[in-house]
Amino acid sequence: MKEKSLISINDYSKSEILEILDIAEGFEKNPRQPILSDKVVSTLFFEPSTRTRLSFESAANQLGARVIGFSDAGTTSAKKGESLKDTVLTVACYSDVIVMRHPLAGSARWASEVSPVPIINAGDGANQHPTQCLLDMYSIRKTQGKLDKLNIAFVGDLKYGRTVHSLVIAMCDFDTTFHLISPEALKLPSYVKQHIKDKNLEYHQYLSIEEAIDKVDILYMTRVQRERFADPIEYENVKNSYILTKDQLKNCKDNLKILHPLPRVNEISEEVDDTPQAYYFQQAQNGVYVRQALLSAILGAV
Amino acid sequence: MQKKELQVSAIKNGTVIDHIAQNHVERVLYTLNLSKYKDQIYFGANLDSKKYGKKGIIKVSNKFFAPEEISKIALVSPTATLIEIRDYEVASKKQVEISDEIKGLVKCVNPNCITNHENVLTHFEVVNKDEIVLKCRYCEKNTTKTNIEFV
Ligand SMILES: [Zn+2]
Repeated sequence: MKEKSLISINDYSKSEILEILDIAEGFEKNPRQPILSDKVVSTLFFEPSTRTRLSFESAANQLGARVIGFSDAGTTSAKKGESLKDTVLTVACYSDVIVMRHPLAGSARWASEVSPVPIINAGDGANQHPTQCLLDMYSIRKTQGKLDKLNIAFVGDLKYGRTVHSLVIAMCDFDTTFHLISPEALKLPSYVKQHIKDKNLEYHQYLSIEEAIDKVDILYMTRVQRERFADPIEYENVKNSYILTKDQLKNCKDNLKILHPLPRVNEISEEVDDTPQAYYFQQAQNGVYVRQALLSAILGAV
Repeated sequence: MQKKELQVSAIKNGTVIDHIAQNHVERVLYTLNLSKYKDQIYFGANLDSKKYGKKGIIKVSNKFFAPEEISKIALVSPTATLIEIRDYEVASKKQVEISDEIKGLVKCVNPNCITNHENVLTHFEVVNKDEIVLKCRYCEKNTTKTNIEFV
């Protein structure tokens, strides 16, 4: 993985993914190691995403790297009309690796083609966000002790959520049984389902969480947004079905864990936070270990 | 052969684009920018075809298409055949072919794709040659036959 950009989760083979997860496990045990003290990491956030940026910066700082960058394209040369190519070529002179987030799909791939230093994609529009996928997989493996043969439920907006699409596709390599819980209007797109079918895996579709809760090991929650519905009445009719409450967990399996890419708005009631099933804040913590693993693998420090 | 020639006049030198899919003659003319072409062009539509039922045909005098133009024809009408005529004789005849990758030529259908905002040459992997499905190397979205637009 040394010197290799990470743009899409599909850029990594199954064994490379597992290798990153193994390295991340080491950082969880020992997160502060000065192994990148001679490196400079730049974080170019052409659109704001405080959570993702802080996670990367925390990862880099804990390994002793220096961090430079910007978190708002409004203050940068991009606003003055500089091309992405020129920005990337310039910043590559100042750093050993570039972490970038950009509102346009494909921007990270383009950057990786022009950049002399590796690029880590921290989100390119509606396209990819591979480190989210890796930290989700890390969280699944950590809570279940394995990645293979699990029952995973995805809840909410399965149509537009890139996080869901990437994770479903990545989990197709691990004999997963998928439980897809969404309103009719927000079902998983057929191209993603095709990946499941290609691997001869099972998937089930439901309209409510109750129908699947006793069958699953992981409940992956996402937000159902009003603006995704053409018909506002349809939104009003379904919105409460996709809000997770403590009561809905009463028939769940003992090993169930609830994941959420965060930020949460109201799709998980706060009362759920105190249950043993809630895992979404630890999931965010795991993001730091996974990003430490990536940075150090790409910079050749592990 | 004789009978076919009666349907649209023969040319001395140039190219015949035969077996154009039904209703695609205008699209091929447009794609190749032939409305601005100064020499003779004959075209016909709704002609009988043994292979496809109905077909279209275009004959362009004194024109031999470059590989890039042939790729465009293939993207608009994959069934087309290209016949080069020299001195009323068939000099070569071949089926148009779509390559595995398309660089430039086609615009990405995704308005939020980087290729539609910065000076980036489009680059597609042809994931289905019969239906014409082009997967963008950058935004990873598919551009298909129905929404193809040329650069
Ligand atoms: Zn594109």
